[in-house]
Amino acid sequence: MPDPLTKASAPASTPATPVLEMADVRKSFGPVAALRSGTITVHPGSIHALVGENGAGKSTLIKIVAGVHRRDGGTLRFEGRDVDFTSTAESKAAGIAVIYQEPTLFPDLSVTENIFMGRQPLGRGRRIDRAAMLAETRSIFARLGVDIDPKRPALGLSIADQQIIEIAKAISLDARLLIMDEPTAALSGVEVERLFAVARSLRDEGRGLVFISHRFEEVFALCDQVTVMRDGEYVATTAIASTTPDAIVEMMVGREVGELFPKQPATIGEPVLQVEGLSSAGTFRDISFEVRAGEIVGLAGLVGAGRSEIARAVFGVDRYDAGSVRMHGKAVKPRRPRAAIAAGMAFVPEDRRKQGLVVDNSVAHNVAAVIRTKLDKLGLLTTAAENKAVAPWADRLEVKTNALDMAATTMSGGNQQKVVIAKWLATEPELLIIDEPTRGIDVGTKSEVHRLLSDLAGQGLAILMISSELPEVLGMADRVLVVREGEITAELSREQATPEAVMKAATAGHESTGELAPVLPDALLKEVGA
Amino acid sequence: MSATLTKPEPHSAPGPGAGTPGRGAAARGALGAALRSREIAVAIFLLAVIAVATARNDSFLLTGDGWRDLLLTPSILLLLAAGQMMVIVTRSVDLSVGSTMALTAYLTGRLFIDVPGIPIIVVVLAGVALGAFLGVINGVLVAYAQVPALVITLGTMYSYRGIMLTWAGSDRINASDMPSGFLALGTKSFLTIPLLTIVAVAVVALVGYYLHTARSGRELYAIGSDPDAAKLYGLKVPTRVLTAFVLCGALAGLAGVVHAARYGTVSSGVGNGIELQAVGAAVIGGVAIFGGSGTVWGAAIGAVLLVTINRALPILGIPDFWQRAVVGALILGAVVLDRILALRQARKFDEEREG
Repeated sequence: MPDPLTKASAPASTPATPVLEMADVRKSFGPVAALRSGTITVHPGSIHALVGENGAGKSTLIKIVAGVHRRDGGTLRFEGRDVDFTSTAESKAAGIAVIYQEPTLFPDLSVTENIFMGRQPLGRGRRIDRAAMLAETRSIFARLGVDIDPKRPALGLSIADQQIIEIAKAISLDARLLIMDEPTAALSGVEVERLFAVARSLRDEGRGLVFISHRFEEVFALCDQVTVMRDGEYVATTAIASTTPDAIVEMMVGREVGELFPKQPATIGEPVLQVEGLSSAGTFRDISFEVRAGEIVGLAGLVGAGRSEIARAVFGVDRYDAGSVRMHGKAVKPRRPRAAIAAGMAFVPEDRRKQGLVVDNSVAHNVAAVIRTKLDKLGLLTTAAENKAVAPWADRLEVKTNALDMAATTMSGGNQQKVVIAKWLATEPELLIIDEPTRGIDVGTKSEVHRLLSDLAGQGLAILMISSELPEVLGMADRVLVVREGEITAELSREQATPEAVMKAATAGHESTGELAPVLPDALLKEVGA
Repeated sequence: MSATLTKPEPHSAPGPGAGTPGRGAAARGALGAALRSREIAVAIFLLAVIAVATARNDSFLLTGDGWRDLLLTPSILLLLAAGQMMVIVTRSVDLSVGSTMALTAYLTGRLFIDVPGIPIIVVVLAGVALGAFLGVINGVLVAYAQVPALVITLGTMYSYRGIMLTWAGSDRINASDMPSGFLALGTKSFLTIPLLTIVAVAVVALVGYYLHTARSGRELYAIGSDPDAAKLYGLKVPTRVLTAFVLCGALAGLAGVVHAARYGTVSSGVGNGIELQAVGAAVIGGVAIFGGSGTVWGAAIGAVLLVTINRALPILGIPDFWQRAVVGALILGAVVLDRILALRQARKFDEEREG
């Protein structure tokens, strides 16, 4: 269908047809609205930044363009034509390439095959023309200025090289729109510079690029425009030249917080958990903090900053190279979750379906799982004993399941989360570590989970809460520790913890790209210094 | 970033050649290359088994019968292993090939009895077609119903066997029921090489050619290497998985026909347990059980080794019980070797990145 181009929502109007136009695109997963109004206009020959907090809807927007998800409504145009991709193959065929943070390659196959899989050049008799394939790979690599052996397997390539393979794929496809979803998260400074050089040369060829990043200095160094999203909605699009990092942070977080999930004041007691100098090569460095009885400490930061890894190390699931973990002043053995449980720790992991809950088992089984040894008689565990031990907990948490023997998989996310919490409370812990307590939970149940956490703290439980949702951190935590790239960059009291302060500490610059530092927001520099 | 240098392909890299010789000390390098190429390593082991058995009893190789048996006996397992390998490389498995083979073997005899004068080629095609059809059932259930292949083909293994037992009843097909022209296929040879062996090797070569040069063949590797990535690449994953099962079924069908021609009798026990030998052959030959890598040549040499070792052990005076244990040890050894090589490879890549 020819496009009359009546809509001109782009702020910086260019004569050429925009390569991508999205307006008011909506997408819900069940009752959860992941994207309420996705709007972005990307012009050819430009690099467009897409920024927003975790959960702002950036990934959903990208996946709609990529054909992974189908939109529920709204306009989607590619090179002026209305499109509706039902598969990744369709978006790819149209000329769209998406580079994910962790590229998905075939580890067993050669680099060349990875670039051309599914559309290898064919010779006589529809045979794959390996020579042509290899020659083209070499020429693309030469153009990108990279030195990767086209014949080696993708297995063992660094993330940076894997991304280069993805970009080579996009070039061989002649993609006119390249979307990069946090491509720099795992890269070193030199690798980032190489990636940027490639991105600029692709822009200069007239392609449109979308760059998702949490690092503002990168956004300002690389991009031409920026679109800000918040809570699944479009906030604004401006030219990079006419804005500042401070203004962008404000747009990202600009909303009321602190009312939705208030933590009740509790008497803060003695330190329960003391972590000192905890380090794990390549993951986190020199982490020290304590959590006191009745206190909720929030670990804030971006996804991938190392918060979950810190929690896993404290609980003894993952190893650490240096430092100590103490409960009530007594050292807890590393690498022994059993020892951590015995010392009074409980750990509710991020992905409850995978790590916290045997979803096909009954609620009673799940709750009783960690207290088995206390319940069994002569090594046997009866259903009656399980139900008896479990009933008070389910009661207290108001888990809405008709019977305790219902399979956990049939329950809502909120109730599943309560079952996981019940499971751990049955061990009578003194410290609860909870990772993303309300991920994927509808708003109503969210506040129930929060009320529960607040009650538990009121009863003297020490709680270490990891959350990527700013309102949750600000509403629940007595103290906020901000983690960025494996280090604690700020410790903020409840009063100091404003959305801006947390976001700045979480997204600040990156040492290895030091020469970009001057564009850092001033306020941030003060904060890190403090 | 680290400059990534040319490195030998890992032992398991699919494709024509195996590992290119390593640099450095010549002897070590050559040995390393041979170990990296599973096909060559298994072939050397096979030759050693033949040499030892022949040294013990020279009729194993040096008489006309010995030579013929050596080449002819593996032909059925060769066909099954070639088919099985295509399924395994997509990260599936087909346990129903023994039952499929039994059904087509019985169909072969039945056709000769019920349709006197039926052309042999029609019977062969009917066997292949029935096998392919049974493969379609497996493939549709695995690819579209998304049930794990292990469970599906375990079910169809029993179902197909049950159908065969019901159909055959107490019947037994004997050589006298089949035309001599058909039975002659089982004994005919060219330049001392049995016809059935030539057929089996030709099939292996065709499968190898297909996997190496056709887009859909390469996609089988891609799907097994990372099914999620295959979806993101926009590959037609279900169609390809179905294709693998159909080809595997068709080859099992052909194996049933070959069985009838070779042995001249078809009883209800045909192909009992041979599906696990086919899986074992592929694993010994270096086909990764989780898909993505391995060659049909490896599976073929693995099949020949399995059959040959079973024939050689009695000659070496090893009791029946230990014969099975040896096969088990071979499979375990192959898997452990894979793991060690993979770890070594991973370490090398790590060093490469650091350096």
